[in-house]
Amino acid sequence: MRTVLLFLSALMVMSLAYWAYLENYRTKAALDRVEKLQYDIGRMREELAVLRAEWAYLNRPDRLRDLADLNFDRLGLLPLMPEQFGRVDQIAYPGIAASPLNLTGAVDVMADRPAEEARE
Amino acid sequence: MTRIPLRPLARILEAREKGENPDAIERENRGLRNARIREGARARSEGRLVVLAGLFFCAFLVVGGRMAAVSASVPSEPRVQTQGAAIVMARADITDRNGRILATNLATHALYAQPQQMVDKALAARELARIFPDLDEARLYERFTGPAKFLWIKRTLSPEQKQAVFDIGEPGLMFGPREMRLYPNGPIMAHVLGGAGFGREGVNAAEVIGVAGVERRFDTFLRDPANNGAALALSLDLTVQAAVERVLDGGMRMMDAKGAAAVLMDVRTGEVISLVSLPDFDPNHRPAPLTEGRQEDSPLFNRAVQGLYELGSTFKLFAVAQALELGLVTPDSMIETRGPLTWGRYTIRDFHDYGPELSVTDVLVKSSNIGTAKIAGMIGPLRQQAFLAELGLTTPPLIELSEAPGVQPLLPDNWSDLSAMTISYGHGLSASPLHLAAAYASLVGDGTRVTPTLLRAEAPTGGARLVSPEVSGILRDTLRDVVRRGTATLGEVPGYEVGGKTGSADKHRPGGGYYDDRVIATFVSVFPATDPAYVLVVTLDEPVETSGAEPRRTAGWTAVPVAAEIIRRAAPLLGLRPEIAPVRPTGVTLTSN
Repeated sequence: MRTVLLFLSALMVMSLAYWAYLENYRTKAALDRVEKLQYDIGRMREELAVLRAEWAYLNRPDRLRDLADLNFDRLGLLPLMPEQFGRVDQIAYPGIAASPLNLTGAVDVMADRPAEEARE
Repeated sequence: MTRIPLRPLARILEAREKGENPDAIERENRGLRNARIREGARARSEGRLVVLAGLFFCAFLVVGGRMAAVSASVPSEPRVQTQGAAIVMARADITDRNGRILATNLATHALYAQPQQMVDKALAARELARIFPDLDEARLYERFTGPAKFLWIKRTLSPEQKQAVFDIGEPGLMFGPREMRLYPNGPIMAHVLGGAGFGREGVNAAEVIGVAGVERRFDTFLRDPANNGAALALSLDLTVQAAVERVLDGGMRMMDAKGAAAVLMDVRTGEVISLVSLPDFDPNHRPAPLTEGRQEDSPLFNRAVQGLYELGSTFKLFAVAQALELGLVTPDSMIETRGPLTWGRYTIRDFHDYGPELSVTDVLVKSSNIGTAKIAGMIGPLRQQAFLAELGLTTPPLIELSEAPGVQPLLPDNWSDLSAMTISYGHGLSASPLHLAAAYASLVGDGTRVTPTLLRAEAPTGGARLVSPEVSGILRDTLRDVVRRGTATLGEVPGYEVGGKTGSADKHRPGGGYYDDRVIATFVSVFPATDPAYVLVVTLDEPVETSGAEPRRTAGWTAVPVAAEIIRRAAPLLGLRPEIAPVRPTGVTLTSN
């Protein structure tokens, strides 16, 4: 009985030692991986900063204005002017009769629209 | 262990035969046994002491060894923490109110040389002079062959230049990593941002420090690692700023002015949306300060904040506001305006003759110097001084620019009755356009003091009350009248209910007195006048408008149309919807498809 116990405990010590050895190496491998990832993250953040700077540089107002002027005949872009504001009721909605769905008993949620527009 | 009997029979019998006392034998043996036991115990405890000493020795050895290892090892970053690489750059970005980048960093390289390691100095000098046209070959060669062991050649390189230098293949030319401050928008907001330069420099790194403007004012904040790289968000709007700069630049050229400034400020929070000073500069290549002449002529000079000008009739609102607040007058009280008004040796005249009397409203609408001087006479210099101090016109502006604390408005040495009269129509006290914008925002907002700021502010600051809401309302109506039927009719922008006040002040002659043909034209506008959202100050330095028969220099012909165009461009960008029917409703219909 005593011998068996001794043998078993020796076996347990050996297996624990093996497990600790294995874990040690796996931890080291994980740390190496973390370090590499941190390095990659740092490098990508640096790249991101460069890209952001480039984005800001390419979108600087002076350049956009020049591009808008150069491509005026294709795009026709002009500065935003007060006349370009409109009210919702000035937009020609598709008439209610033209609705592809045949609804019955619909509730008008656009009740604040002028009456003559709603009749269209 | 064999046990020795205390009374061995053989010796007892022997002793009995000889007639000796056998107890002596027992005593002797007992003594021997005790001595043996003592000896054993002593040896055991000595052994224990040795073991204990050994253990202590080992423990001290371990502690000492660990100490030596810790002190001799190279420090390393913690490897397990996950958020290790959050900070990439040593200086935080600056963004506008919508997060668009105004200043950022670029990783680049500096070029230095170690001449003792150089192989072909003449070739290196020739090639470097070819890559960098601003370097001189002969001068470089002289430096390489001199006694120096270490030379800086270029502070910052572009990647292409770095590759070109690398291709020379000279082992004595080396690169050190650098961070370069980049202002991607060029001259836009140059005066606010200021600029940055290198501080202490080493081979592997260099400090980037702010040299002016926001960069210098928030230098500590921008370099603080505790912020974890968080950007500094300003209150300025890049799009609006670009539009205002563009329009103001056009206006400045059209009016043939030598300088211009504009301040656009949120009335409720005091946030500065746009701050322009022309001529401007590129903060990426900040020019050196002038070594001769007046600093006011340098593009580095921020006219909107540092420029102290007599701002003319725009000051009339302050006298009227105070008189209304004190209950000295009502908007309909009649003020005598028969001129000229003489006070001692001094004569006050109006631009036109406005008849015998005007109502208080019309004194502002028609901009009568005599009427305002009369009102100032009712107020008196002491109360006027206190009111202007409350408006912040007598102290440097509280704005977050490194230049601001030095901008002390020029006050009269002796604030006499005459000073009170001249100051009431804007002569004798010099303040900056920013002062004026803050004072107008305070008066027309809801009557509480507004402090200008360059940082994003979520809510109104809730300053001290200067005038009652009723007086503030009267002032708004009066300013609206100035544009509707007064001196600023060109300032009308359909849909935005512009209210404002013009001011044209003759410029000081350096020797004393005033120029006849040089003015500072200022227009302070408030829009929309019924519920003001923004205050805009436009100042033109020496403008002249030559479309008429004779050149016109008053603000109504110069600063006002420029300001109106700025409002037309900037107000839609600020999300203000005009209160008018659109001109082309069909165009709107098309964009909805």
